Amino acid sequence: MKFETIIGLEVHSELKTNSKIFCGCSTAFGAPPNTHTCPICLGHPGVLPVLNQRAVDYAIKAAVALNCEIAEETKFDRKNYFYPDNPKAYQISQFDKPVGENGWIEIEVDGYKKRIGITRIHLEEDAGKLTHDDYDDASLVDFNRVGTPLIEIVSEPDIRTPNEAYAYLEKLKAILQYTEVSDCKMEEGSLRCDANISLRPAGQEEFGTKAELKNLNSFTNVQKGLAFEEKRQAEVLLSGGEILQETRRWNEDKKETILMRIKEGSDDYRYFPEPDLVNLYIDHEWIDRIRGGIPELPDARKQRYINDWNIPAYDAGVLTQTKAMADFFEESVEVGADAKQAANWLMGEVNAYLNSEGIEIEEIKMTPKGLAGMIKLIEDGTISGKIAKKVFNEMMKNGGEAKQIVEDKGLVQISDEGQLKAIVDNILDNNQQSIDDFKNGKDKAFGFLVGQAMKETKGKANPQVINKLIKEGLESR
Amino acid sequence: MSKITKEQVEHVADLARLSFTEAEIEDFTNQMSKVIDYAEVLNELDTENVEPTTHVMDVRNVLREDNVKPSLQREEALKNAPKQKDGQFEVPSVLD
Repeated sequence: MKFETIIGLEVHSELKTNSKIFCGCSTAFGAPPNTHTCPICLGHPGVLPVLNQRAVDYAIKAAVALNCEIAEETKFDRKNYFYPDNPKAYQISQFDKPVGENGWIEIEVDGYKKRIGITRIHLEEDAGKLTHDDYDDASLVDFNRVGTPLIEIVSEPDIRTPNEAYAYLEKLKAILQYTEVSDCKMEEGSLRCDANISLRPAGQEEFGTKAELKNLNSFTNVQKGLAFEEKRQAEVLLSGGEILQETRRWNEDKKETILMRIKEGSDDYRYFPEPDLVNLYIDHEWIDRIRGGIPELPDARKQRYINDWNIPAYDAGVLTQTKAMADFFEESVEVGADAKQAANWLMGEVNAYLNSEGIEIEEIKMTPKGLAGMIKLIEDGTISGKIAKKVFNEMMKNGGEAKQIVEDKGLVQISDEGQLKAIVDNILDNNQQSIDDFKNGKDKAFGFLVGQAMKETKGKANPQVINKLIKEGLESR
Repeated sequence: MSKITKEQVEHVADLARLSFTEAEIEDFTNQMSKVIDYAEVLNELDTENVEPTTHVMDVRNVLREDNVKPSLQREEALKNAPKQKDGQFEVPSVLD
């Protein structure tokens, strides 16, 4: 039997406001536990929450960027639950009137384009952080995070493969970062994702029973968790078993999902309108003001790179994945870098460096001007590609201008034929074996001789000149 | 007539993490039924053309600027905690 996989994702994203959603406590990450709390976010009796305007602005901004319809009238509701991460025993959220509904984003994956619907996007407050204390066998609660503004973005069950889920998250993250409503740092918890997945026999209309996956702490783990779950559910169904509605936890070490609990019936949160907050009306002027502040989004930028600078579609996609990378690229071109060369360096050396160091492009010392300067020096033959790597590494670590580094370190390329001929002749004199090998058809010997010349000049020799001189030298011997 | 069942009271008590004796459950079932009955009076009104409201006051869009204000001192914040450890609220172990 063939199955069709149905996936829906719920993403929580912390908004980049300075203060919390209903009080003036700071939202800064990493403060000592319980130093960003007040009677309002601690849920003391008799306090009144007051809504942070910027949190609403950001929610509208995200909703507009995700092609949602914006509610004219929206309100807040209490979601009641008992858990020590929440001192009020309820979370202020939005139930039946979210800020935005019926949006979509377009993804491109495995060579096809597809629209993924967004059911809704609503505002709510974050919960506190629990850690387990093994010594006392107790839980410790830090309420710094409680009350941080969140948007929850719920997708339609339009996603069919783990790869589509990955592409959806990448695109969503890019849009939230471009619009600067969220940092989207999964490692700091400012972006979190839960996934719902079910299978149904191909052709069947009705959805199968779904499992909810938790603890998916990276996009890769979302992809892996879903792939594991897809296989697990297919095996259960094929062996005549039944999928239960359950919550499963992704175990990164074991690379499998583990049963947390079986859900009986739907959750009973007893939502009711939040009596401490008045309704919110969002008029056209407000929406227009927010719309005016939305920058060019990744898809539009990607298209512009393809049209204006002949960047291949794939490369343009990678360059626009984060706003910081796209900005770096554009600034490099603005200060004179050849667009294709700049794209190649960013896609190749820069990305490799970021990956190996585990850092973001915002953290590197090289400036767009530095990159542009280096590319110019390669183009006009001042430095070789090999030397460029040295200049590049220096700029990545310590910044500075390419030209200055080349001068300071004496890295200027040697293109003078007379000077290089003496070196080449000397190498040929001392490597008769290689000459014989070459004449006997071993092309590798040529490369060896070039290598020797580069070594002799500490990589500064102009490779074209060296190639030419060695060729001539071999022919004359 | 009793609108509320014993099971409903038990369910709500469970959600609220409260436990009651049989007699108390019985009592609450009767009391809550009476409260609901009392509120039923409202059903006599014709609300056909009345917009649903969530607030009685016609106040809209009460918002504050996104400014950070001083928080409580940690000692102050933890003052009401029955137990604390390392600047955190200590609660019975929850594993999830």
